[in-house]
Amino acid sequence: MDLHTVEQVRRPARAEEIASWEAGFAWLAGGTWLFSEPQVDVHTLIDLESLQWPSLHATADGLEIASTCKVVELDRLTHKAPSDWKAAPLFRECCRSFLSSFKIWNEATVGGNIVMSLPAGPMISLTAALEGICTLWPRDGQPRQIAVVDFVTGEHQNVLAPGELLRSIHLPVHALRKKFAFRRFTLTHLGRSEVLLIGTRCPEHGEFLLTITAGTLRPIQLTFAAVPAATELKRAIDDAVPFSLYLDDPHGSPAHRQHLTYYFAEQIRAELGN
Amino acid sequence: MNYRINGKSFAAEPRPGQCLRTFIRDLGWFGVKKGCDAGDCGACTVWLDGKPVHSCLFPAFRADGREVTTLQGLAVDGKLHPMQQAFLNAQAFQCGFCTAGMIMTAASLSEDAKKNLPFHLKGNLCRCTGYHAIEDAIHGIASVEEDRAGHACGTSLANPRGEPIVTGNAHYTMDVAIEGMLHLKVLRSPHAHARITAIRRDKALAVPGVRAVFTWEDVPRRLFTTAAHDDYHVDPDDTYMLDNVARFVGQRIAAVVADTEAAAEEGCRLLEVDYELLRAVFDAEEAMLPGAPQLHVGKDVDSRIQDPVRNIFLKIEAETGDVARGFSEAHAVYEGTFWMPRIQHAHMETHGTIAWRTPDSRVHVRTSTQTPHIIKNKLAYLFGMFPHQFHVFSEFVGGGFGGKQEMLTEDLCVLATMKTGRPVKWEFTRSEQFTAATTRHPMKITVKLGARKDGTLTAMQMHTVSDTGAYGNHAGEIIASSLGSSLATYRCASKKGTGYAVYTNTVPSGAFRGYGATQPAFAVECAIDELARKLGIDPFAMRRTNMIRAQDPVHSIWPFPNDGVIGSYGLDQCLDFVEQALASGRGETKPEGDEWREGRGVAIHAQDCAPPTEHRSEAHMSLLPDGTYHLSVGSAEFGNGIRNAQRQVAASVLSARAGSIAMDFVDTDKNPYDTGTFASTGTSVATLGVQKAADALRENLLEVASQVSSVPVAQCSLAAGRVRCGDRWLSLQQLYEASPLREKLHVSRKVYGSPRSTAFLAHGFRIAVHRVTGEIRILQSVQGFDAGTILNPMQSRGQLEGAIAQGIGVTLFERMKFDASGTVVNPTFRHYRIPAFADIPRSELFFADTYDRYGPLGAKPLGEAPIIPVSPAMGNAIADATGIRFHSLPFSADRIFSQLAELQ
Ligand SMILES: Cc1cc2nc3c(=O)[nH]c(=O)nc-3n(C[C@@H](O)[C@@H](O)[C@H](O)COP(=O)(O)OP(=O)(O)OC[C@H]3O[C@@H](n4cnc5c(N)ncnc54)[C@H](O)[C@@H]3O)c2cc1C
Ligand code: FES
Ligand code: FES
Repeated sequence: MDLHTVEQVRRPARAEEIASWEAGFAWLAGGTWLFSEPQVDVHTLIDLESLQWPSLHATADGLEIASTCKVVELDRLTHKAPSDWKAAPLFRECCRSFLSSFKIWNEATVGGNIVMSLPAGPMISLTAALEGICTLWPRDGQPRQIAVVDFVTGEHQNVLAPGELLRSIHLPVHALRKKFAFRRFTLTHLGRSEVLLIGTRCPEHGEFLLTITAGTLRPIQLTFAAVPAATELKRAIDDAVPFSLYLDDPHGSPAHRQHLTYYFAEQIRAELGN
Repeated sequence: MNYRINGKSFAAEPRPGQCLRTFIRDLGWFGVKKGCDAGDCGACTVWLDGKPVHSCLFPAFRADGREVTTLQGLAVDGKLHPMQQAFLNAQAFQCGFCTAGMIMTAASLSEDAKKNLPFHLKGNLCRCTGYHAIEDAIHGIASVEEDRAGHACGTSLANPRGEPIVTGNAHYTMDVAIEGMLHLKVLRSPHAHARITAIRRDKALAVPGVRAVFTWEDVPRRLFTTAAHDDYHVDPDDTYMLDNVARFVGQRIAAVVADTEAAAEEGCRLLEVDYELLRAVFDAEEAMLPGAPQLHVGKDVDSRIQDPVRNIFLKIEAETGDVARGFSEAHAVYEGTFWMPRIQHAHMETHGTIAWRTPDSRVHVRTSTQTPHIIKNKLAYLFGMFPHQFHVFSEFVGGGFGGKQEMLTEDLCVLATMKTGRPVKWEFTRSEQFTAATTRHPMKITVKLGARKDGTLTAMQMHTVSDTGAYGNHAGEIIASSLGSSLATYRCASKKGTGYAVYTNTVPSGAFRGYGATQPAFAVECAIDELARKLGIDPFAMRRTNMIRAQDPVHSIWPFPNDGVIGSYGLDQCLDFVEQALASGRGETKPEGDEWREGRGVAIHAQDCAPPTEHRSEAHMSLLPDGTYHLSVGSAEFGNGIRNAQRQVAASVLSARAGSIAMDFVDTDKNPYDTGTFASTGTSVATLGVQKAADALRENLLEVASQVSSVPVAQCSLAAGRVRCGDRWLSLQQLYEASPLREKLHVSRKVYGSPRSTAFLAHGFRIAVHRVTGEIRILQSVQGFDAGTILNPMQSRGQLEGAIAQGIGVTLFERMKFDASGTVVNPTFRHYRIPAFADIPRSELFFADTYDRYGPLGAKPLGEAPIIPVSPAMGNAIADATGIRFHSLPFSADRIFSQLAELQ
């Protein structure tokens, strides 16, 4: 929709050109959320596209994803990933876990989704499960790093200071090599995630990681040295996720989300336990 | 900046925050539509350098130097793109509002992508078609049949509006540019119940471009109802154009008109309103209790509100036979309470109006409506003017489903144009559709049924509480309807009903497809199954024992006679079909695994073909000098296909090609009076008028032919678009020229909606329920419908498919949610999901073979009713699968899973 209060668009070649930050500024990534709701407090859009950051950079250490990488580019990576990245199919699973259509992920960015910090953010699910580390660029000061699971602090809330940029997300190669299990539930077909759970297991050390997203206000990650027993897993979920942390919105009720979390967590445990 | 749009170059500067959708439209390409303006519906899809994007989300400045293609640029040298042709061949549209986006998306898909349409079409919503015809189009399946003289009835003729729809040249309400147009926006109440103590407008008026602000002090202090009924007495006069009391969150507080939408919105934000907060009530039963906040106190007899102190607009109570005795004779009695939430029509084109004045002091109102003539009369009443001073019309209307049987935007546009002298436009946002248009009436219904051992019903009793929201538009007709057809579906000597239409501080309810019959049908049809279960009788057998039969009177709770009749009877055929289809083994098989439980369910319905209150229409028909015909009738076309059906009826009577009959857009200056297109009246009343006019014209033509040829009338006939006089043939052109009395070539006929025949239907589902997650999978969906003669099979299937899809949405997941302050929390398609392609299975459809004695060429309406049995058929299937009866909608997994935990 038209953002009627916007008075100017700035298209910097380098992020440093935006030295000072004012209320009413907004970074513009794909624009698919910004243009989908009234933004009456925004008067200036600052275009991230003009920074021309390379989207994806694979190294021996893992994968560097620029925040401006389009969702569609990550989706395509699934088939181009090195063969020992056993977790690569998760790219596709997660890209296809948006409610939005493929036409929107032609424009929407990975960073935009993470910064939105919505419970149903599938790029959060993906990068959190694959132990991603965000690099943040404050407006003044040195870049800092933070794990994706800690980046999101609540529904539509995160650690970014005003004007601070999410520059990139690094997925370490050890995580990309893990075996995984994926579960998602939606109230309508191909709809918005009600719960999205991803389990991974390290082929070398057997470490088991369960990442609970969409059903909870923020991503929750449970770490086990080995695949736990069913009761241990259930207890760990209960300890980590009090009922008040389950989301109540039109895409699901807290009770159902908790119920599905138990159900799918157990399925994932069983699947990765074999 | 430089843009290329559909091969043409433009140097233009978009506004900084402008999206591509409005930018393209500002340049005159109106083929790009708005269904949501938020990325959810896909109606705005265009190609950027060949790639489809939602233009409402795309910043216009980013399209600089790129190639934009819209639906209007898809045809090359006047030759349709194959996908446009495919949409025409399959008639993959009804209102056509989603079509631009559908075609632009479908035409971008590779052959491989077309194999996964649920995925690739998930960003394109269509509320009309149920997606079957769209799937057909994409797979190259054609349904359209040839238009041959003498074969118009019963043939799948293309809608003459198809070509403009698939080329993007159809002009919907907002698709015009008018010099000097102002934009109207309204400030809406943030409070559910409040009195306005002051409004300061200086800051708003100081916004550059703001031309005027209107508040309750600027409007005629005249109570009216937004409901569009010819007989306005059936609704309460409880509404002011602008009021100093707000009765729901979202009610209009003030209107701002400005040179731009941006300025109008800014003006709204800068209005300063002081409110005195009043207590609010959101539950209809609480609203009737002593001490509850009163919404319309002080309005009574003059407003036709029965009991304003208890917030009761209308109470209805009646009994036939003796219900108490009926229950005492019963061997089994079932009583249950059912609840249906508030849901929205979600027609793709939002409400909107453009109004302007001409020097002859007439006001022209271009608007998205189902009832142009009623709007005209309402405006005359509100503004104290003569009806002839208003000209109300539409070209293309993007869906209605009852939502547009209401005056929601016309009045303020007229006010503003009268005060400013400038054309004024007001277009609802999608969110306003949810917060401030109308909805289906939520109802709480208690049904009690008694039957003997053999299943014979001895008594039926119903208690309905209907929540009309803050205003009573349609409340009376709806509450009456709720005590009507679903009880009349069964033969039983003793029936009793009580109904309350109650005000609450919520967005008003209004007309909705299935008008007051869908809610009670859910309750009654579920109760019939429960009673059958108590008696150990199969649900089909239970219905056969009790359902209305061909010779029966059509009666519900009222002891006095009514004009409901059975003009043809096919309920038995419909039920047989559903039973056989569900037993056939067709459809999907149950998914593997013990968690999945399978079940089937059925529901039936007998629906009156017209509303019980006043309904009339008139048709004019003429032979033109070139030997073609002109037909004029006041029915509104909003995706219902009514005008095509009317052309077919006339063509059939005149043995002509349907293509030889021209019709105008709906326009009060051009068409004769019609009480509006709703409650199935398009077919049962207006089309009957068309048949009568065509009959009359035929008679006149034969008489003239006989005079001209000196051959006796008995030997004259119309055939193949010509006139046969004995062994001589005359063309219609020759007949026109030779006709001694040209007046004979113009005829007019009026019809009145009585008696009202009855249409019948049955719906069945076979489903699987996942006992842990609560997921429901539809394995098979079948509907049998008795609509008498099927005038256009393709269109008829489309109506059923669309209504079933809407029914599935409201059954499985649609629901408006409110917070504690009475604010809608999901006023967008992102959060109020309507069915997408992936949600809708193909239904097996069957049409009973009957011929209605009263309907046009034996036809009965079928646009309204197919939604009615969907919810109970699903409820019954779930009960069959799980043994658990769910009493409230929707049956979404998160609402049913906890009870399923009982299952092992
Ligand atoms: C139809 C539709 C369906 C949707 N479905 C889902 C869904 O299922 N799940 C879900 O989570 N979301 C969903 N969304 C919302 C959403 O999160 C996205 O549209 C998308 O992920 C946003 O990405 P973008 O690049 O377009 O961000 P933008 O709209 O450009 O920006 C989003 C926000 O992030 C900020 N931002 C963007 N990039 C950066 C950065 N690098 N550093 C700092 N701040 C930044 C912006 O200032 C803005 O506040 C949906 C949106 C639409 C339109
Ligand atoms: S109008 Fe753009 S997606 Fe609905
Ligand atoms: S035809 Fe699709 S919305 Fe009307």
